[in-house]
Amino acid sequence: MSLRNRELVNLVLVGLLTAIGFASVYIARQAVVSTASLSYAGFFFALYLAAHLACRLTVPYADPFLLPMAALLTAIGVTEIYRLDPTDAFRQTLWIVVALVALVVTLFLLRHDYRQLESYKYLFGIGAIALLVLPALPFFGQSVNGARLWVHFGSLQFQPGELAKVFLIVFLASYLREKREVLAQGRLKDFGPLLVIWGGAMLVLVETNDLGSALLYFGIFLAMLYIATARALFVAIGALLFVAGAAGVYHIVPHVRDRITIWLHPWTDHPVYCALNGKLLPRQDCASYQLVKSLYSLSHGNWFGTGLGKGTFETTAGHPLIPYLNTDFIYSALAQELGLVGAAALLLVYMLFVARGMRIAMLAQDGFSKLLAAGLTFAFALQTFIIVGGILRLIPLTGITLPFVSYGGSSVVANFVLLAGLLLVSNRANAARL
Amino acid sequence: MNRQIARLALIGLGLIAALIVGTTYWQTWATASLNDRQDNEIQRVAQFSIKRGLIRAADGTILATNVRKRIGGQTLYFRRYPQGALFGAVVGYSTQSRARSGLESSENDYLTGSNTNLKTVIDRTLDKLRGATIKGNTLWLTMRPSAQRVAMQQLNGKCGAAVAVDIRTGAVLVMATRPTYDPNLVESNFSRITNRARSAPCSPTSPLLNRATAGLFVPGSSFKVVTATAALDSGRYSIDSRFVDRGYCIEYGKEVQNFGDQNGPERFGPVSFLQALQHSINAVFCDVGKAIGARSILNAAKRYGFYKSPPLETPENERPPSGLYNHGRLFNPSRPQFQVDPGRLAFGQERMLVTPLQMAMVAAGVANHGVVMRPYVVQRVTAPDGSVISRTKPHKYRRAMKTSTAAALNEMMQAVVTGGTGTAAEIPGVRVAGKTGTAETGGPGTPNTTWFIAFAPADAPRYAVAVVLQNQTETGGTTAAPIAKEILQALLAGRSNP
Repeated sequence: MSLRNRELVNLVLVGLLTAIGFASVYIARQAVVSTASLSYAGFFFALYLAAHLACRLTVPYADPFLLPMAALLTAIGVTEIYRLDPTDAFRQTLWIVVALVALVVTLFLLRHDYRQLESYKYLFGIGAIALLVLPALPFFGQSVNGARLWVHFGSLQFQPGELAKVFLIVFLASYLREKREVLAQGRLKDFGPLLVIWGGAMLVLVETNDLGSALLYFGIFLAMLYIATARALFVAIGALLFVAGAAGVYHIVPHVRDRITIWLHPWTDHPVYCALNGKLLPRQDCASYQLVKSLYSLSHGNWFGTGLGKGTFETTAGHPLIPYLNTDFIYSALAQELGLVGAAALLLVYMLFVARGMRIAMLAQDGFSKLLAAGLTFAFALQTFIIVGGILRLIPLTGITLPFVSYGGSSVVANFVLLAGLLLVSNRANAARL
Repeated sequence: MNRQIARLALIGLGLIAALIVGTTYWQTWATASLNDRQDNEIQRVAQFSIKRGLIRAADGTILATNVRKRIGGQTLYFRRYPQGALFGAVVGYSTQSRARSGLESSENDYLTGSNTNLKTVIDRTLDKLRGATIKGNTLWLTMRPSAQRVAMQQLNGKCGAAVAVDIRTGAVLVMATRPTYDPNLVESNFSRITNRARSAPCSPTSPLLNRATAGLFVPGSSFKVVTATAALDSGRYSIDSRFVDRGYCIEYGKEVQNFGDQNGPERFGPVSFLQALQHSINAVFCDVGKAIGARSILNAAKRYGFYKSPPLETPENERPPSGLYNHGRLFNPSRPQFQVDPGRLAFGQERMLVTPLQMAMVAAGVANHGVVMRPYVVQRVTAPDGSVISRTKPHKYRRAMKTSTAAALNEMMQAVVTGGTGTAAEIPGVRVAGKTGTAETGGPGTPNTTWFIAFAPADAPRYAVAVVLQNQTETGGTTAAPIAKEILQALLAGRSNP
């Protein structure tokens, strides 16, 4: 079977799963949702069929599992978002349309040779920095939950950090491909860029008050530096610098300090000062409210979950129990309804995606392609780890999105551009191989 | 570069594998401790998606049922209590805002079908996999609505409680308390509960307190039954032992006087032990107490179950032990001969505090030839399909005294009703045995806590009852005895068709 036919079969399977998912939400919540839910699966399948056809035209030799996996993840996301709030699901579907258009456009523009991007590397570098600084600007920037990650133009909200991530990877792949021999020699003066990037990451951290994004950018940088230079020492030094910097920021920025405290001690037996309303409350009723409620949601799921559409997310009076459920905490919603079995299966899809992405990097012929594919894939893995790890209290919780699943336009668009990059690299590698 | 990429791949996969491990921890290992947390609102809401089992009285009367409501797409079951305040204190409540109390709290596992009985576990797992509503098991209580109604009516407008048990099995038939509350109002209109209780003649009114099991009262002369048990069991006294009542006894060089009226303290002169109990003569019991010692009296009390939470299916914090209390804490003296005043203990003063349930167990022990049966209120538990999951079998709880002592006490207590302080409890055609109690809660002139403990028929005992009233100006014989009589009559009337 040709690669594209295999992709089609996989997509059909995903379409069936999506239909089952929406049907079960419909069965469980007939009083709230309408039969329109059943048309979602059909619409979804049609969308991905179009994307598949575009792939046939542009990247015939690309990996046949990536697009179906992205489809599966977005389908799971939309199903859960639909279950939580049908209006949000409609908007998310629109964003998926936009994202698929972005995917197809990227594929068409770069179908001949994506390596031409290398010559625009500084444009991407500057672009990434500009996007990162944008939320800190007084006019556009907007602070949500103490972290400045958002930009708004009129009614349109956008999280530029998501796209900056992709730009940064393109820049790093080009830059490191060019400078890798020099860097590998390890002379002190060559550490300049490393220190600059480190400073940049810290700046982003201070500006946006967001530990998660800083960790993400710096982790991507270290990973790609390691691939380029093969020097584990650089990674060690970089990690030390990051920890030192983070420790410094911890003492300066109260928001970061709060996040660490919440992470280490989400529950208190005695009341502590609550900055939200100035009262004395146990921490689980104030600062760590979200984290704790989300853990309760996970634990309620147990082995097999409550079943799609049957989870408990509202009080008996109908008020939401967990804030930001469909963005930051979509994982705890899914884990409650699908249980450990479902949550583990979801994470296995992420693992599979990472495995395929890294395989593409290894099959790629040239340094730029290898760095690009590995960087994009690692970014995907690290972002998943940062948000879900935060929910699971493995690391301090920071509000970033779960790739492909969370509600949020910028995230979906950026991740489909990331997918386009992987498809392009894999198409080229396989074309040369087969 | 491929070596580095392979290593990075392992790191990336490792990170996500760590997420699977973390998820496993929270979804399996940590669930029990998270579910128990007070602020776990999800668990509290999720409880309402379970169709709790019914609670029924002995005759099938539904005491607790469910109302189905759909809120935000989830089907929730809220509790409704068709009998309202009548069984409120025993059944308790299960609400979101105020958690649970009573049997709703202590029997929550049965009511939500989360007990570990094999059949329930299988049914529950199947329901869960099918996505069907989980149904709880039904509780069938031993309580008799007709007698309970009589008891609650009798106590109306008063502060007090009444407990009645089947002396041969230990089954609790009546458990009444006033002021009480309508459990239907706990969630919707809590202030109405406190407002309704405001007119009650005691302070604090504590309408949520189940006085029948959780109220601690000074027993007064009703405790003389325990003292007499110790005295008779010691072998040093018999029903015919002779005493001379001078109207007082000397303790630590001071006179302790008999119960008195405007004519001064009563004085009976030469009396038998039977007459001493019949007329509740403090001076005699004071002397008996001094002679046998506090340790002996306390040991007799312990054989009735004092100093232990009486076994019952209600929450343990709703049934404190009876005994000596020092500054609000149970006081178990290691050397009672130096720490406790035996004379005052003998007629139920000192620091002795008792619950109505414990006093009903005292009466039941005497009635059942000296054996106290383990009290219980849940007769059986049935699955939603009607099959029986568990059935309570009567168990011997304690032997409180010799059989001969029980026989003597039975006779003495009958005398109380036929010609002593408790004549108001007489029932035509039925022999009743009883003992009054009038405990001073402060100095002279302050209101009394009055008691009547009884059993009937005395010649073939079936039912024992304990009645307590707070803030009374009269005696146990005039206030509590008529109520005990009404309850016994209601129980005896239902005997032919239980």
